[in-house]
Amino acid sequence: MADVKKIATRESYGNALAELGDKYENLYVLDADLAAATKTGIFKKKFPDRHFDCGIAEANMMGVAAGLAATGKIPFASSFAMFAAGRAFEIVRNSIGYPHLNVKIGATHAGISVGEDGATHQCNEDIALMRTIPGMVIINPADDVEARAAVEAAIKYVGPVYMRFGRLAVPVFNDAATYKFELGKGIKLRDGNDITIVASGLMVNEAVNASDELKAMGINARVINIHTIKPIDREIILEAAAETGKIVTVEEHSIIGGLGSAVAEVVCAECPCRVVRIGVNDEFGHSGPAVDLLKEFGLSAENIVKTVKDVLGR
Amino acid sequence: MDKATKKQLEITACKVRMGIIEGVYNAKSGHPGGSLSIADTLTYLYFARMNIYPDKPDLPDRDRFVLSKGHTAPALYSTLANRGFFSTEELKSLRHIGALLQGHPCIHIPGVDMSSGSLGQGISAACGMALSGKISNDIYKVYCVLGDGEIEEGQVWEAAMFAAHYKLDNLVAVVDNNGLQIDGRISDVCSPYPITDKFAAFGWNVVEADAHDFDSLEKAFDDAENASGRPTVIVQKSVKGKGISFMEDQVSWHGTAPNAEQYAQAMEELNAQLRSLEG
Ligand SMILES: Cc1ncc(C[n+]2csc(CCOP(=O)(O)OP(=O)(O)O)c2C)c(N)n1
Ligand SMILES: [Mg+2]
Repeated sequence: MADVKKIATRESYGNALAELGDKYENLYVLDADLAAATKTGIFKKKFPDRHFDCGIAEANMMGVAAGLAATGKIPFASSFAMFAAGRAFEIVRNSIGYPHLNVKIGATHAGISVGEDGATHQCNEDIALMRTIPGMVIINPADDVEARAAVEAAIKYVGPVYMRFGRLAVPVFNDAATYKFELGKGIKLRDGNDITIVASGLMVNEAVNASDELKAMGINARVINIHTIKPIDREIILEAAAETGKIVTVEEHSIIGGLGSAVAEVVCAECPCRVVRIGVNDEFGHSGPAVDLLKEFGLSAENIVKTVKDVLGR
Repeated sequence: MDKATKKQLEITACKVRMGIIEGVYNAKSGHPGGSLSIADTLTYLYFARMNIYPDKPDLPDRDRFVLSKGHTAPALYSTLANRGFFSTEELKSLRHIGALLQGHPCIHIPGVDMSSGSLGQGISAACGMALSGKISNDIYKVYCVLGDGEIEEGQVWEAAMFAAHYKLDNLVAVVDNNGLQIDGRISDVCSPYPITDKFAAFGWNVVEADAHDFDSLEKAFDDAENASGRPTVIVQKSVKGKGISFMEDQVSWHGTAPNAEQYAQAMEELNAQLRSLEG
């Protein structure tokens, strides 16, 4: 694993926008004084006339995006997850969600891996917030290949989409030549019938690594990558519940309202089984290097292995 | 202001700047530019103006301070440390795991009156503190520092309306007009100018100051005392990165930590300033 290429998915976001700008002439990008960080600056460089900086005014930016969409454009509104989903929540709900407008929200710097900026910037609530908006599609890509594919899928889909990207450079594990992104479809990355690990975003690679470690211990853990958290792939989850009987979910988000909750909701109603959630345990984060924080908060292959063994009583 | 007081403040401000660089360098991240631009203002407030008690940071009658532009926490932390709220040693573990000093101000740190970091929110909390003082006939004042990019947030203007409507003359806001935000010059990104006219139209007492001249700062804060029935805003002209030659007025130093070589040069420049002040 040592020489695996690492790219932050925010970088993938900026690159994808710049690349797709030629093909989709109707694509416009808004930012709120973070173009250098969200990487929409890459798009701005290539298409200066199609990039609008709204200043530090996220609520207004979301409203402007709604107006652009209502008049036929495809706007990508970009900021940190904390401000895109948090600060502007009610505008996203009422001006984008309710009229079901074709706005794409590019939310970067999600989760605890924001690192040193600390609790005020570590958004562990965005998926929960966005999940409550009827008709909102939520995509949480796991690596560069998936993130780029997701951006184009979001453009092709007509309706509001919330896309979650990270600040931290993470391993590129999908093969660009064979990868296929299907909106709303989970991807089985490892087979196994002892237990299922359902992961999203940054945690998918950790889940795969955990599964490989478990295999060496004689435990066959299925791994499912849920890149589209809403609408969630009920089929793949119910199949896992029926066939493996136990599920561990892993996400870089609060255990309240995110992937774990979504999986539990599906399973509880249709095929009850034990669901153990790994995530941020209803607490605020704090400052520190991203890699150390992920370890500290149990968002690691190591903790997934431990949790799986606990669940299986091994 | 007499000469000796002014010189002492200049010496202190230089030490505050050293603490900023020390903190950001050891954190390998953080925001030096906007911290350096308010170093003199915070020095003035904490060493010459505010009624505060470093050994009893929670005394109810103390003046309050809200750093609405919370990313410039290194300036606040360095000022508080130099004023004796906690050891200057703490600055070296800024942003580290388990450290007292978080990336953005946290109310649990001695001397920090309000958590902040999401721009636009601090000024509203400052309004609440000022309103509370009015309700209870308290004598404390509330000071709040905003960025000039930060005032692009609509919430700032909701607060501006509120403060004037409730005649919060115990509130003094400072807009740190260093002319820069992250994506460039504030005039290019999404201009908030004219700043003074906007606050005047909202019913505020508007004062202008030179952020790097203690006489000018003193005059501005004196003016604020006389604004009966109105909140005051001091729009201070400042230089982002002030005091370190290669950081001055550079957008690239908004949120970048110096490397070892740059750290050494910055400290050398500040030490030279200190020597010439003390010499
Ligand atoms: C609500 C919100 N949006 C965006 C950010 C990210 N951010 C941090 S600093 C900054 C620029 C601030 O510029 P300014 O207020 O002029 O501060 P200064 O120049 O004094 O550093 C931005 C956009 C934030 N902290 N909060
Ligand atoms: Mg500024």
